[in-house]
Amino acid sequence: MTETQTTAEAVTTTRPTLLEARDLHVEFSSRGRRARAVDGVNLAIGEGEIVALVGESGCGKTTLARTLLGLERPTSGEVRYDGNPLTYTSKALKTYRRQVQLVLQDPTGSLNPRHTVYEAVAEGPRIHGLPDEQDLVSKALSHAGLRPPDRFFLRYPHELSGGQRQRVVIAGALALNPKVLIADEPVASLDASVRGEILALLLRLRDELGLSALVVTHDLGLAWNIADRVAVMYLGRIVESGPVEQVLTAPRHPYTQALMSVLPESPERVVLTGEPPDPTRIPGGCRFHARCQVLASGKAAEAGVHTRCRTEPLPILPATPEAQAACYYAETTTP
Amino acid sequence: MTSVAMARRRLALSRFWAEFRHHRAGVAGLVILLAAVLLALVAPLFIDESVTNVVEAPGEKWDGPSLSFPFGTDESGRSILLMIWWGSRTSLLIGFLAAVLSIVIGLVVGVAAGHFRGWTNGVLMRVTDWFLVLPSLVTALVLAAILGGSTFTVIMAIAVTSWPSTARLIRAQTLAVEARPYIERSKALGAGHWHITTRHVLPNVAPLLLASTTLEVASAIVTESTLAFLGVTSNKTSWGTMLRASYDFGAADQGAWWYILIPGLAILVVVMAFTLVGRALEAVLNPRLRRAA
Repeated sequence: MTETQTTAEAVTTTRPTLLEARDLHVEFSSRGRRARAVDGVNLAIGEGEIVALVGESGCGKTTLARTLLGLERPTSGEVRYDGNPLTYTSKALKTYRRQVQLVLQDPTGSLNPRHTVYEAVAEGPRIHGLPDEQDLVSKALSHAGLRPPDRFFLRYPHELSGGQRQRVVIAGALALNPKVLIADEPVASLDASVRGEILALLLRLRDELGLSALVVTHDLGLAWNIADRVAVMYLGRIVESGPVEQVLTAPRHPYTQALMSVLPESPERVVLTGEPPDPTRIPGGCRFHARCQVLASGKAAEAGVHTRCRTEPLPILPATPEAQAACYYAETTTP
Repeated sequence: MTSVAMARRRLALSRFWAEFRHHRAGVAGLVILLAAVLLALVAPLFIDESVTNVVEAPGEKWDGPSLSFPFGTDESGRSILLMIWWGSRTSLLIGFLAAVLSIVIGLVVGVAAGHFRGWTNGVLMRVTDWFLVLPSLVTALVLAAILGGSTFTVIMAIAVTSWPSTARLIRAQTLAVEARPYIERSKALGAGHWHITTRHVLPNVAPLLLASTTLEVASAIVTESTLAFLGVTSNKTSWGTMLRASYDFGAADQGAWWYILIPGLAILVVVMAFTLVGRALEAVLNPRLRRAA
């Protein structure tokens, strides 16, 4: 994890932004309590760029992904595609679906067991009434690495392996010829051996079709392997983002450092204390301060930022490709 | 792509039949059912309405089973066998149509409530509950009395009182299907309400529906007989009206056991057959039961 694949400059050469979240807030209310699942997120995905969204369970990754897909309506803020804000009329959403597609975590659940592979992949083209359905399905299956495609037409999902099923799901998304793929934990339920294949497939699709992707994951190794940029999410907000080499080799936010420290190569382990985050009760000041190991160790006090950590809310990070972290302590240590 | 779809359907059908064949009771029920339906359909080729005519009755009244009247005769000398045969047309017709109508109402209400959730679900389920707590036999009697006696009214009366349980069943299944990730995937692909309900929900509730339809036909036949016995008839000979007549004319006092027994047995056999087929269908089509078996 120490070698650098490409120089940071090469990656940060600005790609035109394709999909963007601007000051996005998504709230749910349950039993009178409001949960701020996404609490101010700026995130941009460039053309042909793969962005990894990393964070622990319940931090709002999936909600952010669903909102970017238009499956969830933001409470405030907006999703922009190709420079235009997303409108939520059913017609506009249907057009949008052809541009941005979804790959879910569990390929077994995301395929209707009563539908054959052909029907599963043809579902998108049928909904949109695209011509040459069989041709589209064959192409999509080939792109997803299921060759020869007609051998799979009549198979049912339960006759396929987990990896093949995920390829069918990816083919179903590709059949609409989208520009962006949003993959929510695309390999979390797959074997380690199959995982690599699916990741290689995503990278190949980027090279062949110029596909952009947002890969939601809790796995930093996966982010390292696949992404150009990584955004670390904590309790509904992005706390650190930037080129993957910079963020993962020199993490600046204590939360990212804690995540990195549990990797096997890491010299010492940081075990976070305190309660797991609750989106119905987001703490004041820095939202991570109650669990922050830097604050607990007194280093923040040495740097003289500990009162700001506890009381002063941090600004929302902008959607820039450069490395950035939302942390008072990190600001004092790096100019 | 129709050839692919056809091949798949044929495959599914042959698979289904291979499973169904193992349920002996179900196969027996199916044979009885097919025979009953076929006989009812071909009846007009051999006999007509005149077998129920009291004026031109061919035999003596209260005649016991004999060669010319295998099931005996009734109070006017009509052949019980021929009346059962002719009456099966009314009984089966009412049974089928009432069941289909009830299932259609239940399906629409159940899928709508399960799919749209929110206030639609609330309103539909309150209406369903209201119908569920109404004493169905009394309601059917009142409805039929208000609407007047015809085949259509009896069908309506049975259907209107028997759909709530189907609606509940379908709603539960719809909710279970809608929670699956493939519905989410379908939405992300751009599917609307119509696509999701017809392409995903319906195929998943269809097996349940088929099994419950067969059971529903059985109960509709019984309800029709009950209504007929209580005096609400379609003014046509059915198994229920025959039972009613046997009671009215004191068949028991006359020792005419055949007049009571034969219509009763006819109802029993057909209802049994429907139930057997329904249970077997349930066992074959419901994956949870299949695994247990």
